[in-house]
Amino acid sequence: MSDISQNNTSMGWFSAIIRHRSTWPIVALCVILIVDGFISPNFYEIRIVQGRLFGNLIDIMYRAVPTALVAIGMALVIGTKGIDLSVGSIIAICGAVISWRIHAGDTHFVILLYALGAGVMCGVWNGILVAGMGIQPIIATLILMVSGRGVGLLINSLYGGTNPSFESPLLQGLSTGHIWLIPTRLFVAAAVFLGIWLLIRRTALGLFIEAVGGNASSANIAGVNARFITFLAYVICGLCAGWAGVIMTADIHTSDPISVAMYIELDAILAVVIGGASLAGGRIYLGMTIIGALIIQALTTSILISGLRPEYNLVVKAVVVLFVLLLQSANARQAIATIFSRLKR
Amino acid sequence: MTGLGSPRVELRNIHKSFPGVVALDDVNLSFQPGRVHALLGENGAGKSTLIKVLSGALAMDSGQIFLDGQLVDVTSTTAAQAMGISTVFQEVNLIPAMSVVKNMALARNNGRYGFISWKRARKDATDRLKRLRLDIDIERPVGSYSVAIQQLIAISRALEDNTSILVLDEPTASLDAKETASLFAVINELKSNGIAIVFITHFLDQVFDISDDVSILRNGQLVSTDQIKDLTRQDVITQMIGRELDEAEHTAADKSNFTAGKDMLVAKGLGRHRTLAPFDLTLRAGEVVGLAGLLGSGRTEMVKLVFGAIQADAGSIEIDGVKMPKISPQKSLRAGIAFCPEDRKAEGLIGELSIRENIMLSMQAKRGWLKRVSRKEQEKLAEEMIKALAIATPDAEKPVGQLSGGNQQKVVLARSLASTPRILLLDEPTRGIDVGAHAEIIALIRRLCADGMALLVASSELDEIVAAADRVVVMRDRHKIGEIDGKEITRDNIIQMIASQ
Repeated sequence: MSDISQNNTSMGWFSAIIRHRSTWPIVALCVILIVDGFISPNFYEIRIVQGRLFGNLIDIMYRAVPTALVAIGMALVIGTKGIDLSVGSIIAICGAVISWRIHAGDTHFVILLYALGAGVMCGVWNGILVAGMGIQPIIATLILMVSGRGVGLLINSLYGGTNPSFESPLLQGLSTGHIWLIPTRLFVAAAVFLGIWLLIRRTALGLFIEAVGGNASSANIAGVNARFITFLAYVICGLCAGWAGVIMTADIHTSDPISVAMYIELDAILAVVIGGASLAGGRIYLGMTIIGALIIQALTTSILISGLRPEYNLVVKAVVVLFVLLLQSANARQAIATIFSRLKR
Repeated sequence: MTGLGSPRVELRNIHKSFPGVVALDDVNLSFQPGRVHALLGENGAGKSTLIKVLSGALAMDSGQIFLDGQLVDVTSTTAAQAMGISTVFQEVNLIPAMSVVKNMALARNNGRYGFISWKRARKDATDRLKRLRLDIDIERPVGSYSVAIQQLIAISRALEDNTSILVLDEPTASLDAKETASLFAVINELKSNGIAIVFITHFLDQVFDISDDVSILRNGQLVSTDQIKDLTRQDVITQMIGRELDEAEHTAADKSNFTAGKDMLVAKGLGRHRTLAPFDLTLRAGEVVGLAGLLGSGRTEMVKLVFGAIQADAGSIEIDGVKMPKISPQKSLRAGIAFCPEDRKAEGLIGELSIRENIMLSMQAKRGWLKRVSRKEQEKLAEEMIKALAIATPDAEKPVGQLSGGNQQKVVLARSLASTPRILLLDEPTRGIDVGAHAEIIALIRRLCADGMALLVASSELDEIVAAADRVVVMRDRHKIGEIDGKEITRDNIIQMIASQ
């Protein structure tokens, strides 16, 4: 396994870096940003407009927030060897709840709690299906994925709103506002990231999730309550999707269950996988998941500014993602480390 | 060797090892035409590996296979089939939702250019079934037939015109008495056609019913090959589980001046339908209770029922005189019970997690997920355990999946001990580990017992039980058939109990 680094100590740190799981996603992100610099000379420029930072780098982070929020929760679910396809629908439901309660005249802080509560309730539903009833995660969450947007439409029809637009200083402040030049939603994302990180790494939850994902029957016999831990992962995922719902709904000023956050589950799953986790479960890499979300958004942004015809967008994205995933495989990293060590000799 | 005629198949010096385990160690065997040869051995003895090597499903490390005196190179199952070596594996490899004829057609190419000629396939299927006198509707899905019929379908699919040796891996595992009888009729007929039959089972009665020769494997080595008429049930049991231990291990339990402490765990009428008949069991402080019986007698099931890894549907458990309302692994752990499962890979370890994480898992589970054990404490605990159990590893951060079998077993033990149990349940604590580690673990069991722990040790190694146990529970056919203690604990007494019908 590690014979190269042992035989050749001067190569040690270098090959260790090449083989480290975090290296390649970060390299990929840097390469994308460097290429952007060539395409668009003032790519890195950051200006202050109306008391807020503007620029491509800020824009990438700004737009990556919803995917990143969803991906944080997804990372936990994937850690249990599960998957949550319903996150887009959870966002739609949260949006509908926000719009409904605003039209009903509730205070906006309470509405924020309602929206997050809706996300949690959706997570509870998924958790009951997966952990309580033992339905396969892909099927269990497909149920809410398919029905959730319909539930959103039903909530809209509670007060007859077909395209109910609204204004909310609190929610829009969270989503599109800024504090000290920096967009508020970056603080929201950072806070959720920190909160979840503390939750899984400062309690034993992270270890238990990884144990359950790694081998559920071993974990159970070791005394871990595998069902409860799995349940909890889906609930947290629902909460994270709820936050994404708040940000996205406030951004578009309306509840639009049909098209809001379409395909966000795929981007979120991709972000987790680019971050180095396997769909086979057993590991959570929260920080690298954020890098994954940034890579996806950086790609989208750079395709836009490159002037490529929009038809190419998804294909280029697919090719780059495939490449990053190849670099993520242990075999590919090993092969590259071997090639480098031969060249050096 | 049986010394009859020339063998159909001869295996010479077969050697096969997996990372950390020697599965087959220099095995020599021969199978005669027209005879049923039973292969016996406990889990992990090497039976399955041996037939996988013979059928081309696994490549051996070294050794030779002779077919009718010719040295052959079995490179794949297809090659084996073409040579006349037919195998029906333990898991019936039929697709239940597909019709009989489709299942038959899967195994072979009868058309041209990759197309299937259904006309030929139907004729072929009918012919094959006729050979076993099986008259069934070939268009019906396989899953709609009984397991016995499915087994016969699998056999007829495996049989070719040129089949000279047929290997059956546990064909009767899920058959009832009547179905077994009809399968045996088929086996007898094939036998009279001069086919050599290799029959793997763990039902002793069936061995005496059908086989002509018996070979016994233990820990990857061939123990003996005899004709069945020269053997008694006791001989077979002795050879399967009665390994002579070194003297050092023998002296482990000092039975003369033994006094058991207070009752710690009392199970009353505990059982589960179709798994284990209701039994009573008492575990006392400072006492090792051994659990003896053949494979499939219900050893593992008893331990799992006590721990709650299998839910009981009858009976109750009291710990320190207090009745447990519901038994689950989590509740057992909190009540001070720890369990080391037999199957390390499937139920013990979490391969991707580090040694440290594996060791502290149960202890953390006992505390609950909110009260995290600090990294410093974890490292200290892991270091202590690595030292105390002599786990061979450069550091505690190595993924546990990369350790050898014996060290993995010690990690599972370390996990149980780290949860500071008062009652310890061990299922096959020495399975698949080398002699040195074996003696260490027996010594450890005695030491824990001296500290006042109550232990239940299930083992397929009879002498291990004789050496370590103060009291022995004997199992047969998913029943507890009795207990013996003190000076009564000898190999012969236990074998007598298992063999008596």
